[in-house]
Amino acid sequence: MFDALTAATAVAALALAAWCGWAAHRDQPTKDWHFIGMAVVSLLALVQLVIGVVQLARGEKPEQGTTIFVAYLIGAFACIPAAGFMSLAERTRWGSVTVAAGGIVLAVLEVRLYDIWGG
Amino acid sequence: MTATEENPIAPRDGQDGPGAQGPAEPAAGPKRARLISGPGILLVWLYGVMVVGAVSRSAVQISTQFDKAPLAYSLSAVAGLVYGFITYSLVRGGETARRAALVCCAAELAGVLVVGTWTLAEPSAFPDATVWSDYGMGYLFIPVLLPLSAMYWLRKARTTAA
Repeated sequence: MFDALTAATAVAALALAAWCGWAAHRDQPTKDWHFIGMAVVSLLALVQLVIGVVQLARGEKPEQGTTIFVAYLIGAFACIPAAGFMSLAERTRWGSVTVAAGGIVLAVLEVRLYDIWGG
Repeated sequence: MTATEENPIAPRDGQDGPGAQGPAEPAAGPKRARLISGPGILLVWLYGVMVVGAVSRSAVQISTQFDKAPLAYSLSAVAGLVYGFITYSLVRGGETARRAALVCCAAELAGVLVVGTWTLAEPSAFPDATVWSDYGMGYLFIPVLLPLSAMYWLRKARTTAA
């Protein structure tokens, strides 16, 4: 369950990165549709955060430690909203690049989460 | 709006007369030069990510297993502080912050190169990795690429402001 969610979030994050990278390539700022995309990815990360905490509460132990696991869950959840707000402040192609970078960062975090949870 | 704000300042230059011939500083107005417009926002984002990464990583490692690799964890903490200072300087803006950030980026680059070489030359000194191990390979080489692009950006920010 948790691993499937991790994979789904990573794929969605990469798709968002590609989408915003395309917008940057076409010299466009992030638009409403991009923000809906960010909301979807953030929602996935939020669901992942909740399920991760529920699994901890049930007594399951992440392979590399609970503290690191929770820290990465929170980081993964905060990643895209933070990049989204920065793209609101920068209404040029560079705002799109920032969100694209945020998507890649989130994908990396998901890979690390997979390792930390212990596959 | 800006014209009315700057008007009270303008006559002062005229009254000063001969004194106005000193070193010209057009950039040092009442408004600080923004460093986070355009590509700068991407730099702030990546530096912000590195701050969170380096600080939280070293905080966990120092508090739970400091004795395992004190040198490596301390270096990660220092890296986090340097990243934090650069992020703050970028957000704050202005000429002083720009220079301070430039110096810190140079220090950061030197740190990455020295620590990267050190970890390769003497792995026994590092039982566990730092943020800057192997030139930041564990962080997609961002630690070595970031100061280079930041220094390029900060130098360019001066030429456009002047």
